[in-house]
Amino acid sequence: MHVTFSEEELAFQEEVRAFFRDELPDDIREATDTGAELDPEMQIRWQKILFNKGWAGVNWPVEYGGTDWSPVQKYIFAREEGFANAPFVIPFGLRMVGPVIYTFGSGEQKQRFLPDILASNVWWCQGYSEPGAGSDLASLKTRADLAGDHYIVNGTKTWTTLGQHADWIFCLVRTSSDVARRQEGISFLLIDMKAPGVSVKPIILLDGTHEVNEIHFDNVEVPVENLVGDEGKGWTYGKVLLQHERTNSANTFRSEYRLRRLREQAAREVRGAAPLADDKNFMRRLAAVEVDLKALEYIELRTLAAVTSGKAPGPESSFLKIKGTEIHQAIDTLYMEAAGYYALPFNPGPGVGEGSETQSALAYFNFRKATIYAGSNEIQKNIIAKHVLGL
Amino acid sequence: MDFSLNEIQTMLADSVGKFIDNEYDFDTRQSYAGSEKGYSDAVWSMFAELGWTAVPFAEEDGGFGGGPADTMVLMQSLARGLVVEPYLANIILAGGILKRTASATQKDEWLQPILAGELQATLAFLEPQARYDIANVTTTATRDGDGWVLNGKKGLVLNGGTADLLIVPARTAGGVADHDGITLFAVDANTKGISRNAYATVDGLQAAEVEFDSVRADDGRVLGEPGAGYPALDATIDDATLAVSAEAVGIMQVLTDKTVEYSKNRKQFGVPIGTFQALQHRMVDMLMACEEAQSLLVWSVMTRASDGDDSKRAVSSIKYLVGTKGRLVAEEAVQIHGGMGVTWELDVAHYFKRLTTIGQLFGNADWHLDQLAAMAPDT
Repeated sequence: MHVTFSEEELAFQEEVRAFFRDELPDDIREATDTGAELDPEMQIRWQKILFNKGWAGVNWPVEYGGTDWSPVQKYIFAREEGFANAPFVIPFGLRMVGPVIYTFGSGEQKQRFLPDILASNVWWCQGYSEPGAGSDLASLKTRADLAGDHYIVNGTKTWTTLGQHADWIFCLVRTSSDVARRQEGISFLLIDMKAPGVSVKPIILLDGTHEVNEIHFDNVEVPVENLVGDEGKGWTYGKVLLQHERTNSANTFRSEYRLRRLREQAAREVRGAAPLADDKNFMRRLAAVEVDLKALEYIELRTLAAVTSGKAPGPESSFLKIKGTEIHQAIDTLYMEAAGYYALPFNPGPGVGEGSETQSALAYFNFRKATIYAGSNEIQKNIIAKHVLGL
Repeated sequence: MDFSLNEIQTMLADSVGKFIDNEYDFDTRQSYAGSEKGYSDAVWSMFAELGWTAVPFAEEDGGFGGGPADTMVLMQSLARGLVVEPYLANIILAGGILKRTASATQKDEWLQPILAGELQATLAFLEPQARYDIANVTTTATRDGDGWVLNGKKGLVLNGGTADLLIVPARTAGGVADHDGITLFAVDANTKGISRNAYATVDGLQAAEVEFDSVRADDGRVLGEPGAGYPALDATIDDATLAVSAEAVGIMQVLTDKTVEYSKNRKQFGVPIGTFQALQHRMVDMLMACEEAQSLLVWSVMTRASDGDDSKRAVSSIKYLVGTKGRLVAEEAVQIHGGMGVTWELDVAHYFKRLTTIGQLFGNADWHLDQLAAMAPDT
């Protein structure tokens, strides 16, 4: 029983650590530390730095420009990325539609779309949820009717994250209603956001941010060559992608970074009052989250060890999603409690509060989404009850 | 990176598993627990014959050379049988002190018979006023001629009623909770001046209050240097904390399995109760608690084995987690078993009681959380 890395893995860790230390621009690092959403220019600049290093397609096969890293290397990369508190990569292109295209797409689709996804030249967004289809995704109603060499798309997608910046959207659409199971008759379609009939309506979240949108499709013509894989198989493709989404949501190292920073912050004297580290209740709550996080890290490591030894990742990704988001929210809460009164100013100008204090309540509000998105945590429990406990 | 058990650990887990399956069903356990001694001498002899009593001792002491991971495997496997034989008191606690402090002569006299299954010993680590501070020792040992005289009272001495040898921390210098000035004595339980009030504990095991009234001990009964007993005491209690945590994780897993199984068979309103979402999510919480506990246990054991700066944090983390999540799992197991869960007849109640007992041993969850709050994590 051991968790030591091999010499090659240690050398790789050094390389990755040096990259994040030397190549992550200071302005982006500072902006990420505040906890506020990164502006698109910084986001793309960072993703292009990753691309230029050859590290944009972490999970991609090498033939499409990916890293072809082993599971342990991916783990090391995620660890250093988290410890450096580097910005999250926008997942829709690199982690979602990219893998679907290189796994299920045609040769022509691969040539046309993959290079721009890898280089972050094109911004993608995700069209899954609908006003009437949230966690119950299979009840989606957006229709794509075949008319010669194109589909006519009608319907509404919602919760489309950063859709206001997007050039393209990948959608699950209903191509047939005459099916035995609701999961059938769903297709995976790529749609140009500039196509006539596509409109974007902002949804403002409780922290005042414009992060998500409603996307309307009004008789939008989509060429049939934009259909990925077979008509009616979209549900299968989409599920592969969702599993991905869940594993990525554990974020243990970013959480570890944030807890460590909070401990340091708590030990510093603040405005003449006693340091927060003297507040036993606060420190107990902090310590309890540290224990939960350490347990999660080792759940993740044990899953990784299983994958490395050739087992396929299964419903364990639901564990990681549940615990990862719960812990993230617990840390958000602690930051807000640590800020005291200075959690209260709403996006003030400079000179109010210190560092990320005035973002702490907003971050807390904003991240309530995490236990809801990507299949709410209750849905994850249904999955575990069915597939692990056999209930 | 490798989390699999090695060959020896796998064999150990298999042989303990077979023993519980074939020779230690719940009724047998209950009959041993209800016997006058509270456990079976025959079973204990078998533990020694199979080498289980030798697991945590060095090869030069006649042991198996095992580390925290081996003890974890053993304790987690024994957990399933709710074994009442005094492995914790005799091997982990008394053995833990002796292996750290005893001279060669003392090892021949006490440690060898313990490994051979011929001597029952225990460690009187607690005083009634001390709560979880093991340095809070008011029992005194004063110099008298060429020996010592012990006076004081020890509480909840595990297997204190049946042990032949008592290891007794006594204060020979310093203030009431000082780390310095604690001397460890090995005294025969039937020495003049020792009185023992034995009783059962809520989990069906045994303990005793032990009083020392001018009990004489010669220098040959001092373990290690006089006044310098604390480090060995502290390290042994850490080992014991990890050992009962492993047992707790084993019990959590048994309770979760039994509860899920029960929910598939028990029908109400014409359907298995496991089809109710209100219960499904709670059983998922139990399962996740088990996964967290097992994962953290692995980290704790590896960290303790490397004896690094994070060792104390590892011990407190796992004890805190099994204290809180163990309680969650146990209470849910009883709840989901319904009326049967609160009967003496069903084993679930007895797993519940053992888990609750472990929760109170060697620092409860609150106490360990306080330790953690004051420790900055190593990275």
